[in-house]
Amino acid sequence: MEISTQRFKKNTTEAIASPTLRQALKQAGTDLPAHRRNAVGKLPEFEALRDEGKAIKDHTLAHLDFYLETFERNVIASGGQVHWARNAAEAREAVLSICKRLGARTATKGKSIVTEEIGLNDFLEANGVVPVETDMGEYIVQLRHEPPSHLIAPAFHLVRDQWVEAFRKAHTDLPPDRYLDDRRVLADEGRAVLRDKFLAADVGITGANFLIAETGSTAIVTNEGNGDLTQTLPKAHIVVTTIEKVVPTLEDTMTLLRLLPRSATGQEISTYVTFSTGPRRAADRDGPGEFHVVLLDNGRSAMIGTEFQDMLRCIRCSACLNHCPVFLSVGGHAYGWVYSGPMGAVLTPSLIGVDTAGHLPNASTFCGKCESVCPVKIPLPKMMRHWREREWQRASASRYRLGLKLWAYLAKRPGLYRWGAELASRFLGNQAGSRGKFRTLPLAGGWTKGRDLPAPEGRSFMSLWAEQQRAKR
Amino acid sequence: MSAKPRVGLFVTCLVDLFRPTVGFAAVSLLERAGCTVEVPMAQTCCGQPAYNSGDKADAKDLARRVIDLFESFDYVVAPSGSCAGMIREHYPRLFEDDPATHHRAERMGKRTYELVSFLVDVMGMGAVDADYAGTITYHDSCSGLRELGVKEQPRKLLKSVKGAKLVELPGAEVCCGFGGTFCIKYPDISVKMTSDKTADIAATGADTLLAGDMGCLMNMAGRLSREGKPVRVRHVAEVLAGMTDAVAPIAASDAGKG
Repeated sequence: MEISTQRFKKNTTEAIASPTLRQALKQAGTDLPAHRRNAVGKLPEFEALRDEGKAIKDHTLAHLDFYLETFERNVIASGGQVHWARNAAEAREAVLSICKRLGARTATKGKSIVTEEIGLNDFLEANGVVPVETDMGEYIVQLRHEPPSHLIAPAFHLVRDQWVEAFRKAHTDLPPDRYLDDRRVLADEGRAVLRDKFLAADVGITGANFLIAETGSTAIVTNEGNGDLTQTLPKAHIVVTTIEKVVPTLEDTMTLLRLLPRSATGQEISTYVTFSTGPRRAADRDGPGEFHVVLLDNGRSAMIGTEFQDMLRCIRCSACLNHCPVFLSVGGHAYGWVYSGPMGAVLTPSLIGVDTAGHLPNASTFCGKCESVCPVKIPLPKMMRHWREREWQRASASRYRLGLKLWAYLAKRPGLYRWGAELASRFLGNQAGSRGKFRTLPLAGGWTKGRDLPAPEGRSFMSLWAEQQRAKR
Repeated sequence: MSAKPRVGLFVTCLVDLFRPTVGFAAVSLLERAGCTVEVPMAQTCCGQPAYNSGDKADAKDLARRVIDLFESFDYVVAPSGSCAGMIREHYPRLFEDDPATHHRAERMGKRTYELVSFLVDVMGMGAVDADYAGTITYHDSCSGLRELGVKEQPRKLLKSVKGAKLVELPGAEVCCGFGGTFCIKYPDISVKMTSDKTADIAATGADTLLAGDMGCLMNMAGRLSREGKPVRVRHVAEVLAGMTDAVAPIAASDAGKG
């Protein structure tokens, strides 16, 4: 997908101005945190589970090479193949070559954010393979020719009217005046349309939530069952995934599965949890003829051993998005690439460079909510600050930077600072008079654009205190 | 330690510059709680603007100054969860590559508190002798809440204020959109967040908004004022110390006196 992280500020201004987006974000931003709170409240050991989840991922990352090789060995042992991809281009080629060999014309897809990362849909389409998204939300955004705006809810940014509009426009063989003003009716129509696509597909592409080293299995969580139909019906099942998804054992997967849906949607467990191990065996009644895992790096191994390694613990639950007041103000598209919210603010600069994505780690108040809900305790604000440190070391002069340097210069010189604070306090207090505030003030446009600036009382504390102490003696 | 704990008051730059009454309210409350209060005159700022902008070198210089000035006190207390959190949680992180300073930062950090939580948790204060006529709602500032666990302490003391009624603010734990330099770098997002907050504040029907951090307070007061919502905004210490007659509410007219 096209990267627009550089235009983050413009994106956010436009997003904030959209009434439908505001409505969509408000609804989901109220519901999802409430669901999570409810689910977490019912599980007394949730906090202890977070520590366990973190420990599992930390251990795996410390021995990533070992577990990836174990995983590969066990995929092969169960009759599948692993395709290592250093970057997006290699991953796309790996998928295409399988499609070509099988003469595939259509590929059904279960929701996979990694395929968005590598721009797989456009690439397949340009090479004669029609990708069909089968997650309902993802299907709608595909109909609208836009990328998903959220890790687990691709149509997070849409209200139901927009969903109806997309269906009426796309499903032209159905009566144009049919009743659609009901979530269930809409879902049924989507399902009916997709059913034929499932049956016709040559290849099924999914992502993976976990790769289980000891069994060579991949696991996905879904609520619609589309993942199962995507991967069991076609000639080949291709799992497009990334290296940090590997975990050692099935038992570890179970621990993480107790964290993931609760953190994501507030469910104790998702409707479906599907494990895939190899292609169909002789005695199996169904299953794909071939099983492929495209294992993508795309910058992740370079994060190992850096201050950003902890980000690789992420299990893509989206809790940090759902609780982030910045994300809930601007939506996912404003972030300008695949990953958004606090996890995107840390991961995106790692994957596409901080020169391009520098706004993202800056656009945070460091309120800390994200870290407090993260199921694997990723210190997101801390890592955003690390990005700011890297930027600071390289960035060129700006008015903001100059102002900050001047302030730091003064703050290291208490005498001068004292004098300046008293002067500013008196001057501004005087200027404001009895109004108590400024509606505009030179150099304070960022503040006064949407708020008044409260005026100082008129004297600095330190000078008043000094006077009081002198009077006492 | 003498019978009376010696407290070094970290005034904070916003209180120093904008709202000295909060500093005097803090001194008054600390003295009433049985502390000896001193104010090191060479203090300036905790360094958070530099730290959060990625300017680690300046942040470390400023942190070292604060440690030099304050480490000899029994306690360091600030009328701000944000600045106290900076000193307590983040100073040690700044000196991970400097064991000696790291050790000093950790030792001082453990004795550093936000004002109201210090009064309740350390000094055992359970009530204040103050009056306030009004319906109060309280916003939990992020750093105080999530870094220092400041939540029940201000509510406990506010409930003892005669004449005051406390109503809970829905979404009290959601960030107000201030975020230090964030509010100037991303004004549109910041104002959107603040507008959500002021809508919640208005919905409570409270006539007074309190919080424990000047940054958040100036932000919310500035937006309420721009929207023409007549809510009185004050630092919680002003009400707890019974000093609301000393100064008009934040961003309200007649603030020039004090």
